[in-house]
Amino acid sequence: MALQSLDIKQRSATTTPSPQARQTVEIAKLIDVSACIGCKACTAACIEWNDIRGDVGNCVGVYDNPVDLSADAWTVMRFTETEQNNKLEWLIRKDGCMHCADPGCLKACPAPGAIIQYSNGIVDFHQENCIGCGYCVTGCPFNVPRMSQKDNKAYKCTLCSDRVAVNQAPACAKACPTGAIQFGAKEDMKDYAEKRIADLKERGYDKAGLYDPQGVGGTHVMYVLHHADQPKLYAGLPDDPSISPLVSLWKGAAKPLATLALAGVALGSLFHYVTKGPNEVSKEIEDEIEREDERQLREEAK
Amino acid sequence: MIRDPKDLQRYNASERSNHWVVGISFILLTLSGLAFFHPAFFPLTQLFGGPVWTRIIHPYLGMLMAVSFLAMFFRFRHLNKMTPADREWLSKAKNMVDGNDHDMPEQGKYNGGQKAMFWGAALCMLLMTVSGLLIWRAWFGFDITLVRLGAVVHAAVGAAMIALIMVHVYAAIWVKGTIRAMWYGTVTRAWAKQHHRGWYRQVSGK
Amino acid sequence: MTNHWVDIKNADLVFVMGGNPAEAHPCGFKWVIEAKKQRKARLVVVDPRFNRTASVADYYAPIRSGSDIAFLSGVINYLLSKDKIHHEYVKHYTNASFLIDERFALEDGLFSGYNAEKRSYDKESWKYQFDKDGYARVDETLQDPNCVFQIMKKHYARYTPEVVTRVTGTPTDAFLKVCEYIAETAAPNKTMTNLYALGWTEHSVGAQNIRSMAIIQLLLGNMGMAGGGINALRGHSNVQGITDQCLYSDALPGYLGAPLDADIDRKTYLEKRTPKAMRPNQMNFPQNFPKWWTSLMKAWYGKEATPENDFCYDWLPKRDLSYDVLNMFDRMYQGKMSGFVCQGFNPLASVANKKKVGDALAKLKYLVIMDPLVTETSEFWKNHGEVNPADPASIQTEVFRLPVAFFAEESGTCTNSGRVVRWHWKAVDGPGESKGDAEIMAHLYQTLKHMYAKEGGAFPDPILKLSWPYRIADEPSPEELLMEISGKALTDLHDPKDATKLQVKGGDQLASFGFLRDDGSTACGNWIYSGAWSQAGNLTLRRDSSDPSGLGQTLNWGFAWPVNRRILYNRASADLAGKPWDASRTVLKWTGSAWGGNDIPDMRPNAAPEEGVMPFIMNPEGVARLFARDLMADGPLPEHYEPFESPLETNPMHPKNTKAKSNPVSRIFKGDLEVFGTAKDFPYVATTYRLTEHFHFWTQHSKINAILQPEHFVEIGEELAREKGIKAGDKVKVRSNRGYIKAVAVVTKRIKALDVDGRKVHTVGIPITSGFVGRTKPGFLTNTLTPAVGDANTHTPEYKAFLVNIEKV
Repeated sequence: MALQSLDIKQRSATTTPSPQARQTVEIAKLIDVSACIGCKACTAACIEWNDIRGDVGNCVGVYDNPVDLSADAWTVMRFTETEQNNKLEWLIRKDGCMHCADPGCLKACPAPGAIIQYSNGIVDFHQENCIGCGYCVTGCPFNVPRMSQKDNKAYKCTLCSDRVAVNQAPACAKACPTGAIQFGAKEDMKDYAEKRIADLKERGYDKAGLYDPQGVGGTHVMYVLHHADQPKLYAGLPDDPSISPLVSLWKGAAKPLATLALAGVALGSLFHYVTKGPNEVSKEIEDEIEREDERQLREEAK
Repeated sequence: MIRDPKDLQRYNASERSNHWVVGISFILLTLSGLAFFHPAFFPLTQLFGGPVWTRIIHPYLGMLMAVSFLAMFFRFRHLNKMTPADREWLSKAKNMVDGNDHDMPEQGKYNGGQKAMFWGAALCMLLMTVSGLLIWRAWFGFDITLVRLGAVVHAAVGAAMIALIMVHVYAAIWVKGTIRAMWYGTVTRAWAKQHHRGWYRQVSGK
Repeated sequence: MTNHWVDIKNADLVFVMGGNPAEAHPCGFKWVIEAKKQRKARLVVVDPRFNRTASVADYYAPIRSGSDIAFLSGVINYLLSKDKIHHEYVKHYTNASFLIDERFALEDGLFSGYNAEKRSYDKESWKYQFDKDGYARVDETLQDPNCVFQIMKKHYARYTPEVVTRVTGTPTDAFLKVCEYIAETAAPNKTMTNLYALGWTEHSVGAQNIRSMAIIQLLLGNMGMAGGGINALRGHSNVQGITDQCLYSDALPGYLGAPLDADIDRKTYLEKRTPKAMRPNQMNFPQNFPKWWTSLMKAWYGKEATPENDFCYDWLPKRDLSYDVLNMFDRMYQGKMSGFVCQGFNPLASVANKKKVGDALAKLKYLVIMDPLVTETSEFWKNHGEVNPADPASIQTEVFRLPVAFFAEESGTCTNSGRVVRWHWKAVDGPGESKGDAEIMAHLYQTLKHMYAKEGGAFPDPILKLSWPYRIADEPSPEELLMEISGKALTDLHDPKDATKLQVKGGDQLASFGFLRDDGSTACGNWIYSGAWSQAGNLTLRRDSSDPSGLGQTLNWGFAWPVNRRILYNRASADLAGKPWDASRTVLKWTGSAWGGNDIPDMRPNAAPEEGVMPFIMNPEGVARLFARDLMADGPLPEHYEPFESPLETNPMHPKNTKAKSNPVSRIFKGDLEVFGTAKDFPYVATTYRLTEHFHFWTQHSKINAILQPEHFVEIGEELAREKGIKAGDKVKVRSNRGYIKAVAVVTKRIKALDVDGRKVHTVGIPITSGFVGRTKPGFLTNTLTPAVGDANTHTPEYKAFLVNIEKV
């Protein structure tokens, strides 16, 4: 939501660059899955800070409520039970927007300024510019944006851009009781993650690592995973996410090429007309018809 | 222009209306579709009451076009069966484009080019309708891969269809005496004899 | 907690059993994560369910609910037999060397002195042997067969790993792994903290569960240490505070034993509660009991309390029996109560056997509910369909609802689990006609007093002569109340050793309970809070988080009772000479002339180590009790007994003795025995618990909480689900012999079937956070299922282990 003043790096459906003189620090939220207890304080804080209230749902046989992301639930907890190395594990992942450096939603969005990437890395939706086409949903490699049934606008985590703009941590990070959600400069978060990963390795999680997928240019929401070799374990976190080639094709080469092709057809037609001239009915045929008519008239006169 | 009672009826009122419903919806679809196709065309959304209205209206126009196109398709389908003569015509189409139509084989109501246009447009229409439904989020929520495929197909086929219709329109402009067939339904006998001799003979009995 | 929340970060091992702090105490749990991050501490969880705490644990072992004593006794056996104990500590700081009466014995599950008819023990044989000077006899070599250490060795030798596995269902390798983790902290410079909650308390052997852990912590030398201790995690905000003040009918404020019928006069009462030192040179701090009690009476009755009238001792009610919650509702059920004031309490939902509670409430003439929210209890009479099928036409109870302010709608103090008392300010006015609890109580009191004055009554003095010094009689301010609780001098106090020296001016607030007198010259509403509001002002207001030691002691943050001490028994963190066992975590040390360090000494500040004053100053022994002598109802050492509803036919420890199947001295009311179920009809072990998303039956009124957890569910393992044809998300019916509930099934890998004594035991987990008022889906009350039988000492109901059956609806 556009309640903040942050430098803009990229706007959706805009082909010229944004102002680039000022240099700002890239920020990131680091979610340490190994310290998360799934208490949902982050979810509650998100609902509260952003003044969103979904419907009271149902228990569907798991702990996951809200059951999925929605226009009224910008972050949800996903619980996965798995056995790894003969040991039961209950993996709990806070799901929400990853704030990609190369955001698929922004790439897909046809409405100028409906999706903004700030220079600090936050990808934000400006609903007043949103036209409700849902292309962001199509473009997102993480299946995050959701359309509201009420207003047909797309919504997702803003990384509390309004709070970050005034040097406050996002509401979820502020509320997290165990420090599983850390917030700060991306470089600092990476350093912190390294310590956590070393700790996890010392505890026998040999494949512990940082999830900062390069396929989308890195993200501004990162995870510390015990099993960084299997992100899929964590309720289907994509192993190696990138913007779908279909979306790249659709929003990449296809557009300028097609535009050129259309211009080519138009100009080709014009020049065809100019060079070859119109295709008139030939004089001979017109004469033929005239002769026929005269003959007919004569016959009728008889 | 004074109408000659001897002019030939090429299209009746119903056919012409049908064509123009398709035509108008196509124009509106093109304008609104292009608005989302490339940022350069985005200002076109102002023609439709703003970007949100453009997003809302576009798929309904699409449905209108699909339905009216379907009607047209069934009207003209039997006239657009490809024959060996059409194939021959198509093989000589280059001469035609060069303005040298003396050696073109005799044509019925439609020549091979027009028939190819007919089938091409029908194929595009089918793809546009299906892919359009796939990405119509106000009503549907298909699997993300299908939606992505739909988006690519819709954009690519849309461009192809626009190109196709541009050729269609240009051909009508280029071949003098054609457009009136869609305005009043009649063509001159000379026009018919020149461009569609088979048809001319059929309707004039000569 | 003997220690405090922040101190958890100092632990090397966090051992969680009988609790699920990640679920029920997520904010405090940050310190567990902190210990893991900063100290590389390990987290070990033992629980019937792989729960949220287990999700971040280094090791998890399953256990059958209700078999904790067997598990912990196995640990004790491991420590004793592998000699993994802190020898110096055990020898000097516990009663390991004390000699016990030769007649003491445990025979087939019953301790000496059992009376089956009365379901109680004659505890004469559980006492120490005393010498001619009246001191307990000890054998410092720990070799005497009657010394506690040898008795324990014999007692615990029976709990071999095989026996533990047979009783608890915990796989032997998992049990041994947990033992290894625990045993490592026997090293003097290693500590384990134990976090527990109602998972231990809510059993018919609840108090002994906790004692088992206390014994382990003493054997390992972890009491008094930073990062050690036995830490009860209190479940409600300020429930520690209310317990400290006067929650139970068997205690006066500050845990002073309340008078019984047998205490015919003040002298008898005080003598019984004022112990003599059992070893030479010990502080025996409870010898000050008369000072605490007299000051309390002065706070209550002011000038009316005089030496001549025994400080109004006769005005205090004398108990004939325990007035715990089970007894109260049994009396109500029998029609022996006509009115009930329910203040911040939702018994229909909270007390065992909902049907009995509902029937009991229906027998009242009137019920007064003081609560900020609509509670199930306030609508016990209303038909809510299947979830509360009451028939209003047949219920004559008149129900009054008095809306009360929430915590944020009044100022006052809150005491957390770590005994830290902090002041909080009113944020907003309560809505509508709501009033603070104190205001309502004061108004009620003024009305009663007025009625007594006007109309007289059977025994008006305790009401009419109550001291009521508040500026606005109808509205005592929280400041006035805290000052009264903290205590003041009523006259000038002179140094007892030097009468010329003025210690405290009359009218001044007292700095600590050290100044309390038994002659009526001091008044103090609760001795353990003494000093919370001294002449320096309201110490609970302090918010200085500076922490010079780095241990998180923050002595200038709020006020911790007693005397701002953060770690109890902290003298035990140093060896006999006063040198810390672990210098890097110095809590206390002898500086040569006084005790110094990073806490308020739990010791006379100038008691030189040579004086031999032992660290457990609240015990007349001066040392901690491995062997509880005659202080527990059900035995001086914990013994495994089955829950009253057990999947087993006998106690596998004592298969031949039916009397020793379940706690032989737990109280069973008539009618409750009849509704115990058997494993034949109810083959599955049920256990109840909270969910993070809700606070009991309160937050179901909050939309956000309702969104986070909208509907009641029960958890079952995949194997049981398969057997019963239940899929996740199915609606299921869970029955006990007392009723049924319906809820959604959560099918999970996290609950495994256990092999117990040759049979497969399945567990059904049932969250309690469901009710039929509020914004969540209307649900059944879980306590529809639970049995109304409790612990032999505390009478806390056995909510954690009972029998049910389950079927798909």
